[in-house]
Amino acid sequence: MSKPNVIVIGGGLGGLWATLRIADAGFPVTLFSLFEVKRSHSVCAQGGINAVLDTKGQHDSIGQHIIDTIKGGEYLANQPPVKAMCEDAPGLIRTFERMGVTFSRTPEGLLDQRLFGGVKNKRTCFAGASTGQQLLYGVDQQVRRFESEGKVVKHEWWEFLSLLLDADGICRGIVAMDLKSLEVRAFAADAVVVASGGMGQLYAPKSTTSTNSTGAAASRCYRQGAWMANAEFFQFHPTAMMGHDKNRLMSEAARGEGGRIWVPKTPGDRRPPKTIPEAERFYFLEEFFPAYGNTVARDEAARAIWTVTRQMGLGIGGDGGDRVYLDLTHLDAAFIGARLGAILEIYRKFAGVDPMTEPMEIFPAAHYGMGGLWVDFERSADGGIQPDSPRNHATNIPGLYACGECDYAYHGANRLGANSLLSASYSGRVAGESVVSYLKGLGSDRRALAPAIPQAEIARQQAINADLMRAEGSDTPYRIQKELGALMTAKVGVVRSNPELESALGELAVLRERLRNARLGESSTWSNQSLAFARQLGDMIELAAVVTKGALARDECRGAHYKPAFHIPIPEGRFAGDPEFEAYRDRWHANNAQWLKTTIAEHTDDGPRLSYQEVDLSVYPPTEPRDYR
Amino acid sequence: MTEQSIHLRIRRQDRPDSTPYWQEFVISGRADHNIVSLLMALRENPVTISGQRVDPVVWEHNCMEEVCGACAMLINGVPRPSCSALVAELDQPIRLEPLPKFPVVRDLLVDRTRIDQGLKQVKAWIKIDGVWDTHEGAPRIGPSEWAANYLYSRCMSCGCCMAACPQFGAHSAFLGPAPLAQARLMNAHPTGRYDKTERLHAIMAEGGLSDCGNAQNCVRVCPKEIPLTTAIGELGRQTTVQLLKDIFGPR
Repeated sequence: MSKPNVIVIGGGLGGLWATLRIADAGFPVTLFSLFEVKRSHSVCAQGGINAVLDTKGQHDSIGQHIIDTIKGGEYLANQPPVKAMCEDAPGLIRTFERMGVTFSRTPEGLLDQRLFGGVKNKRTCFAGASTGQQLLYGVDQQVRRFESEGKVVKHEWWEFLSLLLDADGICRGIVAMDLKSLEVRAFAADAVVVASGGMGQLYAPKSTTSTNSTGAAASRCYRQGAWMANAEFFQFHPTAMMGHDKNRLMSEAARGEGGRIWVPKTPGDRRPPKTIPEAERFYFLEEFFPAYGNTVARDEAARAIWTVTRQMGLGIGGDGGDRVYLDLTHLDAAFIGARLGAILEIYRKFAGVDPMTEPMEIFPAAHYGMGGLWVDFERSADGGIQPDSPRNHATNIPGLYACGECDYAYHGANRLGANSLLSASYSGRVAGESVVSYLKGLGSDRRALAPAIPQAEIARQQAINADLMRAEGSDTPYRIQKELGALMTAKVGVVRSNPELESALGELAVLRERLRNARLGESSTWSNQSLAFARQLGDMIELAAVVTKGALARDECRGAHYKPAFHIPIPEGRFAGDPEFEAYRDRWHANNAQWLKTTIAEHTDDGPRLSYQEVDLSVYPPTEPRDYR
Repeated sequence: MTEQSIHLRIRRQDRPDSTPYWQEFVISGRADHNIVSLLMALRENPVTISGQRVDPVVWEHNCMEEVCGACAMLINGVPRPSCSALVAELDQPIRLEPLPKFPVVRDLLVDRTRIDQGLKQVKAWIKIDGVWDTHEGAPRIGPSEWAANYLYSRCMSCGCCMAACPQFGAHSAFLGPAPLAQARLMNAHPTGRYDKTERLHAIMAEGGLSDCGNAQNCVRVCPKEIPLTTAIGELGRQTTVQLLKDIFGPR
């Protein structure tokens, strides 16, 4: 019998870490990616990766990293995986450093660390302002080394279409399409890892994500029975630069290094920002959140910008302006150049303005899905996760694992900045180790997959392609995708209401119908990008319905999910011990009793079916409401 | 924002082995368009200047902020990432062609496998014992050495330098500037140095360093302003020393 083999779908940080760990254990890996893996969206992460090194004289501790992450996510994440991730973070950094990642240095030549959002200590390792790019290249180089040794085979320019499930519902491989020849082929595997990244394109173009971050691969797993969890929690990054085609991220590191957010105090003040005196500027994050100031957690910062621009009418940038200033002009240019060069360059190139001489104009944009494919974990005796348990990062489909942004595991209701590079790397490593255990546990008497299964699946996928190529309606998938992005941004965005979510569900059903009759506009059988696009769009609409239905059902405010109708405000100027605050705490507890639970969505022909799961709160039970004041 | 009409000439090719042809388009767009967003607008309604409905143009794009390297093409004769090519700064008609030197897949989409092969040839990686924690980091690196290395680690394999290089192409085995610069980066790392000899031998072989004709086109077109010719110069000195070592032995 030949050695068990593994398929990894996606070559970002998560997928490449999983690949390395599995190949290192001696199991062959076939890596599938829509493009050359080093172009994956991980490269867009800018500011850094969190790990407690306590090198800045601030008495930082791993315990505090755990608490910050749990509270940042408003207690919605299962706590054992969070604990294990924070504990392993320093080891991951050391491993990256050994790979040759060009982390920024202190004058002593040690790893430098900077401040990020939702925390009070300098805990973020970084490589200028291109940290994700550097980390991805580190693992990309190691994978290339393995490839040259024959341990890994890459299938770049191939698109995952569906899972091969045997009669017992066990995942035994995939069906994929060659994006050049459009050949649809089955690939057998003993385990499959999906590491396909986020779904930010649901909000395109008002999203910071890459054009391939469609969520389609995760959606395809969902449609074949994998559960989606907490999909309604979608992060809007407070500081993105304007753009009709894309909202480009301006890293939270800009604020971590001393950048300040403000608007003029007078509505409609059209003076050039540099001529507005200090006394006439409203540094609203510093006023709303004195303890954390400009580095408050992202959900709070995004909502504060929404309040200031939409409710107080203080936004800049034309009539009904929705932008605010992100100001670096008071900082030392050489220092900022060395620490943030990459994002300054992006702003200069795309806005034509130098952020060192003029404040940047920014606003919130869809950035990161906290939710994703449901994955399991096995709690260890010390309250973390059991190393090498085959349950870690396993989806509910046996043999199918998920890691990286496409899973839901670490960030609860809101992700802290610089925790995503950490969770992508850590979850990839753990998923890889878990798959190795799973393979070792497979009996040698396993029956081969009945040939009828891949044959039928190939025929089904080819039929989908043929139908799309034949359709002659009046709509194009490109137009429908624009409408999807506009709909999600308008009705399933930063601030939500039940009537709007209801209507969004109806409109999604219409988009689904329209796509059925859309015309591709080309029937080429070679590199037909419209075909791939239309297929992905169908999967995106299914995912959008999961996000929207989860949001509609959840009548509360938690992290990034904000419904003002159900808001329980913290009494202004009151803190723990004050009767008013204690009354608030009681209401907060009562709300937790009802809503502190994981949303699970299962695919049915009538749309997503929701159920709820208890959250493992065994590390840091929720007694303290999150409070950044 | 006011709309203006934008005139495009695009070199198209249906298949790797078919004959290229030109098509012209005039589309209405905003002044803040870049080439990627313009092609996205065009694919919604791909009708040529003569009113003919044609297949949407095929090209590659992902990050749209010049960090993934996917969208490089020849724009008005210059190889560059198309996402950061702002329409307002380009002379019209804007000529779009696939990145030269690489095999065309379709239209503006090319196959850049040779960059990947080059990286394998020069062994652009650090040999580590495994992807686990050894409870020790790498040796220290001073800030000025870091600053020099960081310039090279920003290479996104877009291929612009290779496209501009007269020595690189189907006619030659030359590795091209991008993989060479990565050899320089790996040789500078405190533990990457352990395999310096192997890397230098790789670039002293056929298609290696000596094929560089010093045209300096690479450094002029690099969108990340990577000092590629400096890297090639440094490698030249390293290979000279290596050659002497090879002749006279390590003492």
